[in-house]
Amino acid sequence: MSRMNRRQLLAGSAATLALPALIGRAGAQEPLNVGFVYVGPVGDHGWTYAHDVARKRAEAKFGDQIKTNYVENVAEGPDAERVIRQLAQQGNKLIFTTSFGFMNPTIKVAQQFPDVHFEHCTGYKMADNVGIYNARFYEGRAVIGTIAGMMSKTGKAGYVASFPIPEVVMGINAFTLAARKVNPQFTVQVLWANTWYDPAKEADAAKALIDQGADIISQHTDSPAPLQAAEQRGVYAFGQASDMMAFAPKAHLTAITDDWGPYYVDQIQKQLDGAWEPQDIWWGIKEGLVGISPYNEVMPADVREAADKVKNDIAAGTLHPFTGPITDQSGAERVAAGETVADADLLKMDWYVEGVQS
Amino acid sequence: MSSAVLISIAMTVVGAATPILLAALGELVVEKSGVLNLGLEGMMLIGAVTAFAVTYSTGSAPLGLIAAMAASAAASMIFGFLTLTLTANQVATGLALTIFGIGLSSLIGQGFVGRTVDALHRTFPAALAEHPVWRLIFGHSPLVYISLVMTALVAWFLTRSRAGLILRAIGESDEAAHSIGYSVIGVRYLAVAFGGAMAGLGGSYYSLVLTPMWADRLTAGRGWIALALVVFASWRPLRLLAGAYLFGAVMTFELHAKAAGVSFLAPEFLAMLPYLATIVVLTVISVAPAGGRLAAPACLGKPFRATG
Repeated sequence: MSRMNRRQLLAGSAATLALPALIGRAGAQEPLNVGFVYVGPVGDHGWTYAHDVARKRAEAKFGDQIKTNYVENVAEGPDAERVIRQLAQQGNKLIFTTSFGFMNPTIKVAQQFPDVHFEHCTGYKMADNVGIYNARFYEGRAVIGTIAGMMSKTGKAGYVASFPIPEVVMGINAFTLAARKVNPQFTVQVLWANTWYDPAKEADAAKALIDQGADIISQHTDSPAPLQAAEQRGVYAFGQASDMMAFAPKAHLTAITDDWGPYYVDQIQKQLDGAWEPQDIWWGIKEGLVGISPYNEVMPADVREAADKVKNDIAAGTLHPFTGPITDQSGAERVAAGETVADADLLKMDWYVEGVQS
Repeated sequence: MSSAVLISIAMTVVGAATPILLAALGELVVEKSGVLNLGLEGMMLIGAVTAFAVTYSTGSAPLGLIAAMAASAAASMIFGFLTLTLTANQVATGLALTIFGIGLSSLIGQGFVGRTVDALHRTFPAALAEHPVWRLIFGHSPLVYISLVMTALVAWFLTRSRAGLILRAIGESDEAAHSIGYSVIGVRYLAVAFGGAMAGLGGSYYSLVLTPMWADRLTAGRGWIALALVVFASWRPLRLLAGAYLFGAVMTFELHAKAAGVSFLAPEFLAMLPYLATIVVLTVISVAPAGGRLAAPACLGKPFRATG
């Protein structure tokens, strides 16, 4: 592993001139170089952290066969293009770019390096040497929705949300649908914080929701602040992107976790075998990409069983969180009984199911 | 709406107002001495991360607060050296201090992400602090009481003390103050250090009280609100107090209106409220006879070179 920040990487560009000589000497035993571009610091305890854990997993699995190089804190925009190009020039044959905003830079650099393979996370543009991958987080939302429905006494959850984009909307809907399966009267009050990251505002938003009668908090913003607010006020909440038990030992019931490890191992294996090809991947619980962290001990056995059942049924393919009949906020039927929402429709979801108050 | 909810909302308002009040009080004194330090956000972040790191490492929150004030004051001394001794441009240097603070706090905080400390919630015993009604008065963090005491002290200092008079004289006419023998640069250094320490205290409120943790850019722009608040208050401490609580109330009202599902007001309108309030108050102040425009210290932002 080699670790560098952006400045070191750029400052070291002169050294890259010497690289071909090194590669020549290494000959047949030369390891596969795999690059990773991160939008945040590896210590963000969330999104980037999860990607970096997966990188280490791949490194442990392949040992001397590969060498990974990552660059953290890369701003979305022109900086990203420079960093991706540098990684390609330095001999990385497979490069993972792990933020939505790296989409256009990835495509641009990919055109200049046709024999380098790129994997872009959460975007939608592909090319002959660019594959895309994403996670079905809504499956995890269905599991925590089930828990919320059973653990809530007031029958009202508060949902601290960022922006009404399809990714967030489908999460709210999956959570609400699952909770109402358990408790048909369940309602979810959504509060748009209009930010991905503002700990003070997220905490105050959670407090406002609790004051309005919510006794369980879910969030689709990035800091553990809502959890801490729930802990202070003595209500339950769920972690986001990684196990956040340490921040709220009493409030934290479980968290939806991202495990990119299996996917990275899979793609690197294909690259080593010479079998890599661009794919459009959307993995979920079944593939182990979306996970549920250990339950809090306050959860009774029946709640654990119900949550496990939802999780296992989704993994087995016998349960789809968006199975009809589904009615929207106005009471009109949007999905007929027995039908499921197609992936393409999920990815542009812009309506709320019954029970969501926003 | 029950009284329990109203008290709870009031508590949230206090939480939103206190850190910006602390930081703005420091900046008010800095600006009264004729110096404009736009580095508030950076100093708050340095204070926030230092308070957390020291509290986490030693287990002592008071030690964390002292360290935060010292660290932010030290950062403000960089600004002081550049602008006062080397007479660099204050606006550019202040902005640089903010950028520096964001980077430095992120660097210091690397090993502390994902950890948490016991929040500095209570000042008084539980019987008072958790009493359903009295918690409105006794249920706050020590920093809340410190911010109120500091408001009174700053008000007294500026209007009633000789030292405050000298500081104001330097802010209004540095040449005149210099000519009768006061050390313009010395007083400004002290003011800048005080501003740094108060910003550090304000930043600590986030990492020790509101969200007891460290994460990059924890203050999320509150330093800029504090900066605006000083102008908003037309450089008067008691107006600053009112302004901070007004801002806190408006920010909290936005969230509660959304949480209560208020639908006759668009959420975008609610999000706009704090800024709308700023415009309204600025307008009112500016048309008032003893107007806000005149309240700005005459030497604000101007470099001073001792002559003769």
